Amino acid sequence: MTCATTECYNDHVVRLFLLASAVWGIVGMLVGMYAAAELTWPGLNLGISWMTFSHIRPAHTFGVIFAFGGSALMGTCYYVVQRTGHARLAFGKLAEFTFWGWQLACVLAMLTMPFGITQSKEYAEPEWLIDILIAVVWVAFGVVFFGSLARRRIRHIYVANWYYGAFIIAVGLLHIVNNLAVPVSLTKSYPIYSGVVDAMVQWWYGHNAVAFFLTAGFLGMMYYFVPRQAQQPLWSYRFSIVNFWALISVYMWAGSHHLMYTALPDWVQSVGMAFSLVLLMPSWGSAANGLFTFNGAWHRVVKDPAAKFMVIALVFYAASTFEGSMMAIKSVNSLSHYTDWTIAHVHSGSLGWVAMITIGSLYAMAPRALGRPAMHSHKAMELHFWLHVSGTLLYVVAMWAAGVTEGMMWRATQPDGSLTYSFLDSLVAIRPDYFFRWLGGVLIWLGMWVMAWNLWHTASDARKHIINPIPVPIPEPEPAQTPAPIPAVP
Amino acid sequence: MAYRHFEFIEKHAWTLGILTAIMVSLGGLAEITPLFMAAHQVKPAANVKPYDPLRLAGKDVYVSEGCYLCHSQMIRALRFETQRYGHYSTAEESVYDRPFQWGSKRTGPDLARVGGKYSDDWQRLHLLDPRSVVPQSNMPSYPWLADAKLDAKDIQARMRVLKFLGDPYSDAEIAAAPAAVEGKTKMDALVAYLQGLGIRNEPQAPNASAVSATGGGAP
Repeated sequence: MTCATTECYNDHVVRLFLLASAVWGIVGMLVGMYAAAELTWPGLNLGISWMTFSHIRPAHTFGVIFAFGGSALMGTCYYVVQRTGHARLAFGKLAEFTFWGWQLACVLAMLTMPFGITQSKEYAEPEWLIDILIAVVWVAFGVVFFGSLARRRIRHIYVANWYYGAFIIAVGLLHIVNNLAVPVSLTKSYPIYSGVVDAMVQWWYGHNAVAFFLTAGFLGMMYYFVPRQAQQPLWSYRFSIVNFWALISVYMWAGSHHLMYTALPDWVQSVGMAFSLVLLMPSWGSAANGLFTFNGAWHRVVKDPAAKFMVIALVFYAASTFEGSMMAIKSVNSLSHYTDWTIAHVHSGSLGWVAMITIGSLYAMAPRALGRPAMHSHKAMELHFWLHVSGTLLYVVAMWAAGVTEGMMWRATQPDGSLTYSFLDSLVAIRPDYFFRWLGGVLIWLGMWVMAWNLWHTASDARKHIINPIPVPIPEPEPAQTPAPIPAVP
Repeated sequence: MAYRHFEFIEKHAWTLGILTAIMVSLGGLAEITPLFMAAHQVKPAANVKPYDPLRLAGKDVYVSEGCYLCHSQMIRALRFETQRYGHYSTAEESVYDRPFQWGSKRTGPDLARVGGKYSDDWQRLHLLDPRSVVPQSNMPSYPWLADAKLDAKDIQARMRVLKFLGDPYSDAEIAAAPAAVEGKTKMDALVAYLQGLGIRNEPQAPNASAVSATGGGAP
């Protein structure tokens, strides 16, 4: 069963990440669902500290972003870098370490945050010891990825790897700079920044965690799996490269749009707003490139749930990046900031774009990595698609309604200039929306169970250790693998 | 640039990696470095003092209980905000906040100037059982705070680290810290912290007339 004379792809570590991703998806969304239920029925914390909303919300965001999303990103990254380079993954042992190290970091984070061990910096809550572990694993991940690129047998580096590479470099940089702190004890530290500087560093991190973890990484996934599923080349390869440079350079400037009308210096707010508007172009560029790749293959989308997930993911990507740019306009932000509109926006991005491109890619990758011709059940994939789409729409629409209601009520004034509503009036007005949001979450969570069940049965061969390793093909000779040069301008 | 220049990048992993690292560093350098420099020059206003031991302990309780997830501490420079919550927040007010507690979401109201708006007893009752004082509230109850005693030794270690980071605590203040928190609960500390928010450090600007007592003060 081993590849004696030729190389084989290392899909073992890919399968581990696939499994972890399915499990963390269910865990992270369960926590989110419970947190949403507590906003509707506040008695649900039962007077227990670690079950309280303010203790478990960081566990929900960390669980879905870093545990579920991170496992899917690392797994697909290892899968893609091997296939696009026609070479086996470098440093097999180190790759295995990145798996166990990442899982350990996720488990530790999920177990400490509910007990109040937190830095209170959003999406960077885990304390310093866990941060160090994350940094070590991340560097190892970078070594495996760039080591595998160095081993590639195709000279040209396929664009998916560009995005994965930027994701690794930028997230490492963001994580280290934002988490610089002086420990007081094993479970408590103070950041080296305070006040305004801390706010700017945090939202430079927070926004770019969205940019590089939730966008660049998943665009890497998209650029490999969308052409694969459409069974034709990318609509425009060169366009993807232009979008790459624009996206990674512009995103880093936009973080200050999280701090509009605050005590942050005004010029930084304006710079953030301007770059957020520019950002719409590379974002829509990438979305269009992905969607146009299906041109001439739309009949395939109708029959293939994985492709359906990808298409709707790209539509959500275009929609939520448009929404994001609009929310960065100061006058819109004055209404939307601090309200549930923000929650609607992040979930249209994370449930619509991130989760759907991930699920689509997992359905595309799983049979190949598990040595099966197709997923176990086609019907289950269809069911998952409809559960996920309807749940996401219910969630996002409920939170939009809540957010706009809050924004309008907070600013409403009487003719004599006094405020029309108390804060409590706005909370009472949106309580029904909180219920529908929870209901949407339940549908999405049920869908994740359907996926887990489907993956479990698809993995029956793998569980019996009867899958054949996939040999690495020998690449074609060089010239055909680069885009044709641009014709000279007369 | 001719296409072959791009082609070079597309075929060399190191070039690609280094150029990527440069491009992603520009935005942060441009926006954070000036703030970092400015932060070292600007002196806090005379009425902004580092937290006393009990309030520091209270601030750390606020952090570990995750209050920032539903309450902001940043009154924006908008009329309907200053009408509801008071004078807009300034940069000087949060120089001793490590980490900053501006928040990003208001499921509950802003707390930047909540100090003194309610009595200590109201705050205690509200934390123990929010619906006993605000029937429509969806805030969780925090009954365990009343039973958890503060660690007198720990507060000294915290103050030493903050002093190391530049907060002006004197040795005498650190030596006297354990006595200030001795026998106190997390509830006492949190209430002391909340009651201190926005009071001593409220900017004494001439436009204080914008702070009206009408309408919005209710929770």
